[in-house]
Amino acid sequence: MLKRKTGKIALGFAAAFCASAALATSVQARDLTIVSWGGAYQDAQKKAYFEPFKKLSGIPMNDESWDGGVGVLRAKVQGGAATWDVVQVESDELAVGCDEGLFEKMDYSKIGGEAAYIPPSVNPCGVGAILYDFVLGYDKDKLKDAPKGWADFFDTKKIPGKRGLRQGPKTTLEIALMADGVAPKDVYKVLATDEGVERAFKKLDTIKGDIVWWKAGAQPPQLLASGEVAMTSVYNGRIDAANKNEKKNFGIVWDGALFTLDSWVILKGSPNKDAAYKFLDFAGKAENQSKLSENIAYGTSNKDAAARLQPAVLKDLPTAPDNIKNAVEINVAFWLENIDRLTERFNKWAAK
Amino acid sequence: MTAAFLTGADAETKVPLKRRLKQAERARQLKALALVVPLLLFLLFTFAGPIAGMLWRAVDDREVRQVLPQTVAALANWDGKDLPDEKAYAALASDIQAARASGTLAIAAKRLNYALNGFRSILTSTARNLKTVPAPGTAKETLDKINPAWRERTTWTTIKDASGPVTGFYLLAALDLTRNADGAIVAAPPDQAIYRDVFARTFLISLGVTLLCLILGFPVAYLLAALPPGRSNLLMIFVLLPFWTSLLVRTCAWIVLLQSNGVVNDSLRWLGIIDEPLRLIYNRFGVCVAMTHVLLPFMILPLYSSMKAISPAYMRAAASLGAPPLTAFLRIYLPQTLPGIGAGSLLVFILALGYYITPALVGGAADQMISYFIALYTTETANWGLASALGAVLLLATILLALVYGKLVQGQQVTGGMKN
Repeated sequence: MLKRKTGKIALGFAAAFCASAALATSVQARDLTIVSWGGAYQDAQKKAYFEPFKKLSGIPMNDESWDGGVGVLRAKVQGGAATWDVVQVESDELAVGCDEGLFEKMDYSKIGGEAAYIPPSVNPCGVGAILYDFVLGYDKDKLKDAPKGWADFFDTKKIPGKRGLRQGPKTTLEIALMADGVAPKDVYKVLATDEGVERAFKKLDTIKGDIVWWKAGAQPPQLLASGEVAMTSVYNGRIDAANKNEKKNFGIVWDGALFTLDSWVILKGSPNKDAAYKFLDFAGKAENQSKLSENIAYGTSNKDAAARLQPAVLKDLPTAPDNIKNAVEINVAFWLENIDRLTERFNKWAAK
Repeated sequence: MTAAFLTGADAETKVPLKRRLKQAERARQLKALALVVPLLLFLLFTFAGPIAGMLWRAVDDREVRQVLPQTVAALANWDGKDLPDEKAYAALASDIQAARASGTLAIAAKRLNYALNGFRSILTSTARNLKTVPAPGTAKETLDKINPAWRERTTWTTIKDASGPVTGFYLLAALDLTRNADGAIVAAPPDQAIYRDVFARTFLISLGVTLLCLILGFPVAYLLAALPPGRSNLLMIFVLLPFWTSLLVRTCAWIVLLQSNGVVNDSLRWLGIIDEPLRLIYNRFGVCVAMTHVLLPFMILPLYSSMKAISPAYMRAAASLGAPPLTAFLRIYLPQTLPGIGAGSLLVFILALGYYITPALVGGAADQMISYFIALYTTETANWGLASALGAVLLLATILLALVYGKLVQGQQVTGGMKN
């Protein structure tokens, strides 16, 4: 008798527990969740966007970070219970996700109109967040003779030491071609041919034993700081952040930089669409964007943001005329088409 | 239970005792089963389900069939020798327009681009330039004009091969195989054939790490088992402390130790043993060192538990019968530790097969194991078919190896343990 009773009680408890858990997840509205790239960059965003937005609008929001990959977004959206609303994506994720219908169509009337933004940042599925560069970074304290460009990067006689490069074909092959004398504007024309790919790998062969491969954006500044590499390809903002926050003396070579754009998107089916637009409107305003550039040296998407900046800040941005002069935009269409083939090729080459 | 059963037996005598015993037995079994049900369900949902899903994804191929249904139907009876007929072109034109309107073209483009590089732009450029439905009889002409690729036989065989609903495409790719235009299975082009090498590399690294763990772990476990409890407990802490420390922390610690200006290189230079820093990290050496360190406790603990169970009297008996220490160790002690060696090695080996973070952080591009590629295809390029196929091959190889290994160790244990 007693046994049966305890059984029933236990069952009752279990049922109540399950029910309340189910109720809690279904009834409780989720806070607006914004996802970015972590590290020094997200810290800057917190200062310029997240905290002021929370204070001003009173909308409860939180921010998370991710490491990219359209697979993650697909799983989130197609899995049905996406826990993210606004995500900052790279240009290839924007293109693929837009094609596959993973993002809400951007309603520009809610974020200040298309005219408020620089043309490359206007996309039907997302709005530009920052403009940034892959640049050649080096430690000024250790290299007295500053490198001039990617050709010096491949010249181990002139500048001895190891080199850091991003593991994978994207950016690596472009850099190799530029080092081999291809003009930045012709890089993708050459890379589209089999001979061009051959030429890039041949150039990489010359420093194969001296390369340290990195994967996450936080790694190259660490490799520089520890003296593991003499030079490295790196996101320009990370160099700037290391100089500002950790009092490093890192230098940047802007010649032959590879620039690209990150965009904000709203994931399809987000329950917080209104709040998401309010946030994007806030983050799209010139006065707020200029605050971001003051905290980390990335170019902004609002047309009027640059005008509000001090010349000292401006000259370090990827968008400064001197810096963008000889830069090449990473070709999204090319990489969408060729990433699988060239990744296999790259890994085959790297394993030899 | 038993008491209830006995009183019940006294009260009723009509039902035969044997039957009631059986009933009671069955009730007991059901209750025992009920206790395991949560675990079974848990395993089903979190383990068997996902694995079945992964295996299914490795052969699932319905994307093209869903996006280009008429084309797939029109190509069903095509022999693949010449270009398909006008009907197929018309079907394709109508499919492309429908897919463009519903925004699903990218899904088919992604799948077809895996099989034929450049297919994405063939489809998108065709969709862009196909303003209206071509007049009856002119579909072939129209498509040919938009993109000369539609004049190629391989373009069409690619669509036919991808018609699904199931495919061996990903599994073949995971084994560096592919189908040529005539449908025969051939080796993949040499610059794209990488996975056999990667699998071999994965097994080799895992094997090396297992051996290193065994060589390093055996004396430690022996010491732990032989020392008096007080000191062995103290020593045990040195084994367990790193065991409880995060994998990431331990891997990063090795980066600090082994880098060019790290502790190891600096000490060697200070001692005058080397002039130039040695390359200790971002290569195979670094991977083996870090993985061995991380996995060592998984070897020591099973070894320790099997050694703890060996009575010291056996070794004393062997000595008293005249066996020199080495003979006594080889013929009496070692065979009894075989279950521990087997469990530890298998544990370390299988854990090592799936390693991802450590090789990714301390290895070079030539040291990435298969899980790196599975992660790459899962999250970055979203090629889930290939990721699943690689996972399926790894799973199969692991199961096979575990079975063979289990047989080997068990056989040795019987002959080695009993005969002597």
